[in-house]
Formats: sequence, structure tokens, C-alpha cells
Amino acid sequence: MRNVYTWAAIVIITLTSTAGESLLAHSMQRIGDLGEMRRREGVLASVRRVFTTPTVFLAISFMAIAFFTLLFGLSWADLSLVGPAAAALTFVANALAAKFFLKENVDRRRWIAAVFVGAGVALLAR
Amino acid sequence: MTFRKYMVLAAVALFASIGDALLSRGMKDIGAISLNHLGELILAIMNPWVICGIALLLCFFVAMSNALSWADLSYVMPATGLGYVVMALAAKFFLHERISPERWIGIVLITIGVGFVAGGPSQTDRSAHTASDQVTDTALSLEGRR
Repeated sequence: MRNVYTWAAIVIITLTSTAGESLLAHSMQRIGDLGEMRRREGVLASVRRVFTTPTVFLAISFMAIAFFTLLFGLSWADLSLVGPAAAALTFVANALAAKFFLKENVDRRRWIAAVFVGAGVALLAR
Repeated sequence: MTFRKYMVLAAVALFASIGDALLSRGMKDIGAISLNHLGELILAIMNPWVICGIALLLCFFVAMSNALSWADLSYVMPATGLGYVVMALAAKFFLHERISPERWIGIVLITIGVGFVAGGPSQTDRSAHTASDQVTDTALSLEGRR
């Protein structure tokens, strides 16, 4: 039964991490380069700009769900399973989200990178 | 890509993997949490290892936000995989753990994957799309005036 809980946790971590990171990417693309903004307007203005963007809070909410699910997952199974399994699936899910939701140019180079890194992380867990 | 941007990507990779490792160390002290006793989760958050893990994951969030402000998600994500390689190599050279052939293959795959993505542009060029949108908008507004 614990095995089912662990894999349910891995799936929830993958989905919520992907949703959180995609929303954060969407928000930051709209805000613009933080480094340039910090030089132009200062640190406080940059922080204010980030935390007054509603989708950033939605991203943080999804990331918080992923975090608490990770805590549950780690209490049921080792990091060597939960960490790499969730990370490997998240790499591929993020590439899909980047292509279909964020409309990024996910070319062959990036697909190969996502699959290689995902497979590599999975192998590191063995 | 500037040196500062490479440093931000390195921070994303290291904060995520070390943060996860600290959380795992803390959760080993606490043991399995039952879904019927969610209050035990509060106890978990009081654990010093978990507190350090949360601090590093907050640093990860700051670095990730910064990276995503100038690079695509599909560019930043593979770069974070290098953190796992650094941790495996640290385990070998500092903790003298044995790395199995499968893990070496994993390290090589991650390194090749990161090399693939690092050689390409960090951000999708949206200027062509935006320019064509502007032309369409202008044409529609002119049509509306007629």
C-alpha cells in the first residue's frame, strides 16, 4: 500500500511542480529580465513587481502543494527514489508545458536534452 | 550568456538538489507520516534539517525566478539536472561512496543533455511573432475605421 502512496505522491509532485514552474515562467516572461530591472529601478521595485503579479501567487501555491507532497513522499520512501523519479518526470512534463502552454520554441535540441537529463536522473537513482 | 547568468543557473541546480537532500535527512528523523495524522506535518516543519531544506528551497525559488526572467523554462530545467551530477561526484570524492556503472551512465547522459541545451539560444525569439501581431492589429483597426 505504501508503494501506491509513494507513486501517487510522485505523480502529484510532477503535476504540481510543472504547473507551478510553468506559471512562474509565464509570470517572469511578462515581467522581464530581473537583473536589468534591478539595475534600472532598484531591488525593492523589482521585488514589488514580482509580488504584485497575481500568477506568481498561483505558481507559489502549486509549488507549496508540491513541497508538502514531497514531505509526505519522503516520509514513505527514500530520496533516491522520490527525488529522481519526480525530477525525471518533471523534466519531460515541463518540456510539454513549455511547448503547448508557454509556446516556447522547444526544438529537437531541447527535447533531446529533456529526455537525456530525465533518463540520466532516473539512472542515478538506481 | 554572461558569467552572472551561468552563476544563477548553477545556483538553481545546487539549491534544488541540496535542499531536497536536507529535507530527506529531516524526514528520516521523523519517520512515516500517516494521512490520518496530518498534524505530524507541523512537527516535520520544526525539524532543523527540514528548516535548512526549506531555506535552501526559498533560495531556489529566488534563483529560479531570476533565471526564468531571461531564459525559457525548457532551457532552465535541463540545466538543473547538473545538481544531481555534482551531488553524485561529491558523494564519491568526499564521502568515498562507490558509483555503480549505471550511475556513471546517468552522469554522462545528464552532462550530454545539459551540453545540448546550453549550446542553443536561451530564449525563444518572440519579436517576429509580435511584429506580425502588430501588422494584424493595424490591419484590423484600419478595417474597423472603414
